[in-house]
Amino acid sequence: MTNREFEYVGTRPVRHDGVDKVTGRAAYGADVSLPGLLHGAVLRSPHAHARIVSIDTSAAEALPGVQAVVTARDIPPNSAKVLLGGEAALDLGDMSDCMLARDKVLYNGHAVAAVAATSLDIAREAANRIEVVYDVLPPVTGIDQAIAPGAPQLHQSFANNVANRMEFKRGDVERGFGEADVVIEREFRTPMVHQGYIEPHACVARYGQDGRLTVWCTTQGPFVVRDACAGILGVDAAKVKVIPTEIGGGFGGKIVVYLEPLAAVLSRKANRPVKMVMSRDEVFRASGPTSGSKVRLKVGAKRDGTLVAARASLWYEAGAYRGSPAGAGAMCLLAPYRIPNFVIEAYDVVVNKPKVAAYRAPGSPMALFATESVVDEIARELGMDPIELRLRNASVEGDRAPYGPVYGPIGLKQVLEAARSHPHWKAPLGANQGRGVACGFWFNAGMQSSATVTLNLDGSAAVLTGNPDIGGTRVAQAQMVAEELGIPVERVRPSVADTDTAGHTDVTGGSRVCYATGMAVIQAAGDVRDQLRARAAQIWKVDIASVRWKAGRAIPPSGNGSHQPLTVAELAAQMPHTGGPIVGRASLNAPMAGPGFGAHICDLEVDRETGRSTVVRYTAIQDVGKAVHPSFVEGQMQGGAAQGIGWALNEEYIFDAGGVMENPGFLDYRMPVASDLPMIDTVIVEVANPLHPYGVRGVGEVPIVPPLGAVANAMRDATGIRFTELPLSPPRVLSALLHTESPNQSAIRIPQSAMS
Amino acid sequence: MAVVHFPSGWTEHTGGIEEITIDAPRVDELMAALAQRFPGLIAILEQSAVAIDGQVYHHARYQTLRQDSEVHLLPAISGG
Repeated sequence: MTNREFEYVGTRPVRHDGVDKVTGRAAYGADVSLPGLLHGAVLRSPHAHARIVSIDTSAAEALPGVQAVVTARDIPPNSAKVLLGGEAALDLGDMSDCMLARDKVLYNGHAVAAVAATSLDIAREAANRIEVVYDVLPPVTGIDQAIAPGAPQLHQSFANNVANRMEFKRGDVERGFGEADVVIEREFRTPMVHQGYIEPHACVARYGQDGRLTVWCTTQGPFVVRDACAGILGVDAAKVKVIPTEIGGGFGGKIVVYLEPLAAVLSRKANRPVKMVMSRDEVFRASGPTSGSKVRLKVGAKRDGTLVAARASLWYEAGAYRGSPAGAGAMCLLAPYRIPNFVIEAYDVVVNKPKVAAYRAPGSPMALFATESVVDEIARELGMDPIELRLRNASVEGDRAPYGPVYGPIGLKQVLEAARSHPHWKAPLGANQGRGVACGFWFNAGMQSSATVTLNLDGSAAVLTGNPDIGGTRVAQAQMVAEELGIPVERVRPSVADTDTAGHTDVTGGSRVCYATGMAVIQAAGDVRDQLRARAAQIWKVDIASVRWKAGRAIPPSGNGSHQPLTVAELAAQMPHTGGPIVGRASLNAPMAGPGFGAHICDLEVDRETGRSTVVRYTAIQDVGKAVHPSFVEGQMQGGAAQGIGWALNEEYIFDAGGVMENPGFLDYRMPVASDLPMIDTVIVEVANPLHPYGVRGVGEVPIVPPLGAVANAMRDATGIRFTELPLSPPRVLSALLHTESPNQSAIRIPQSAMS
Repeated sequence: MAVVHFPSGWTEHTGGIEEITIDAPRVDELMAALAQRFPGLIAILEQSAVAIDGQVYHHARYQTLRQDSEVHLLPAISGG
């Protein structure tokens, strides 16, 4: 596997969907239109926590142009079945209640009713005419408030608003701390942040009179949408067809359904297709961001830098319904390091905020922000180079992960060595600049995938899978087919198919597509290749076992001198005469790919008069197993770094005391744009994953993890102040600079109230 | 006999046991044995990921186990 020489894998062909995207031809969720289309609008709760006393829809229904109005009464109650179409169990009951509140609204923006009308203006006007009587309840808007004795309860079933507690431990933590020469303990906080995908949630649903539902939507998981619609509506999955459009970003936020079943119910009621598109305000207030967090971490080290003990408590906001990534955070927290004694506890806390959804390496960035900050402090305390300290403690193959299993081949050490030898690490810094380094970890998923490869008469081929293409997976799949068949990448047409056409395929997420669906593609192409060998054997009248395949040709058995090798094109031309069409198929359920590690180096310049900081240089290094298309791997690394930098520097949900989000737009929710960042340098490390025929490991999630720590460590280096709360926005940094008399000492947490 | 490890947070359902040996040819039989012995774990087991000798599966029911397999039960992990 590792010694295989590739012809197409590892090259950088132009993506097949590129021209459509740069010319505006690519059709996204909101581009879908059908004859007789109605437009949907949602009435959302102005309160973060309230009991619904009554809903009167009569005024809305009386408005000319209104074709249908629905409330939760139009959807059958759901008894909390779980849906296993994605990576983790999704609770259909919660998803249904989140989609349309039944008894209580649990966050500002919670959907209460929906309208379909002949125009969007009429639909919005009708939604405004719906009269809802609320019994307003006190909201719970933060972790400390939620778990405080006597706090308002969101759900009867969760005492103190804690939906779940997890714990991982090893060794004797007290003895470990007893052996430590240096102990650092800090408490870290990160705010709720959004994935910030450019394309909002959008769909069109057409419920036919035959009871069949067709949904066009922007999604990471068309099969999840299909099964969720079927489950929520109480119909067979065979009655639902989901056609994924092009997708303008998802990062985990487009796995859960918000609009699709609503549009379906409206369509069924109106007997016309219904289109629903979220505004940016709705995306922020009513889709799934990731958790705000509090992490308390204590780590002990010997004087030689050996980490000997850790104790951690993690609290993650789940939003309105259970299911934060607290468990994943606990599993990631110490994953980069060999620490013999630890106790990690994690709490899933419900609060009156939007229900969180997955966001790139869910749970890991907040946890590693704490770890990498504390490790940086230990390095400073010991006077050690922070990369050397990390190398001394880095997990390697054969070490036991903190969550239990023994690591197979992993590349953290190679990544850190690449960081240490990178020119960036030794480059001089300017005035008011600081440098930080931090590591990241993610598991990398496997799961179910299907692929079909079809050979055309002219020797070109088509590959079809059920994974919406977010990160360049179509061209990567074409490269895999090209590699297996020995035909140019440009002669392979890759497509994303609907749920009636593709075999079941789990979500585009978890860094799994190039790995798991890629394996299905390789197997399907191998199936085609074997059929071609059989056709050649038929033509030559020899046994198939004697026919070899080399460089896109069937090779006749030696000693059979009258026959010449046959190319794919020559064999394809003979398909009608040798048995008909050739279609290769594969379906599989892959184990998790094996962990990925990265390390980022960040140089930050701080304006001491304004508190504004600028990333002046940034390098991302990552073990990806094998880069099938290096440009897209680099793009993933750069994109993850950019999102993580935004998380570190500026992004945050800001709520008022009533739990109403105050900044639901890109003007006030400050994400980095191209002009905010330098060119992000990338270094691809390839430690082959033995589970994949090319060594692919997965790439998309690791790179969002290190920036939080790398930026904070750079800020510490530049200012002498250890910040333990994100974001490091100008007001927070300026306030710290003004209020810290002698930097270089303690950690500092500036609460929002002190920044006004 | 496969050695099964629980996250320490599950010990409230296992009477404090963090590790147990079970003779089972596959994960299916192993899970059945665990469910019988620790009824409080049933709902959790249904949504768990399973690591067998270092390899993590989301759906492992019919994976075979060696006599000396090391099995870790893990919270389900979602990705973005």
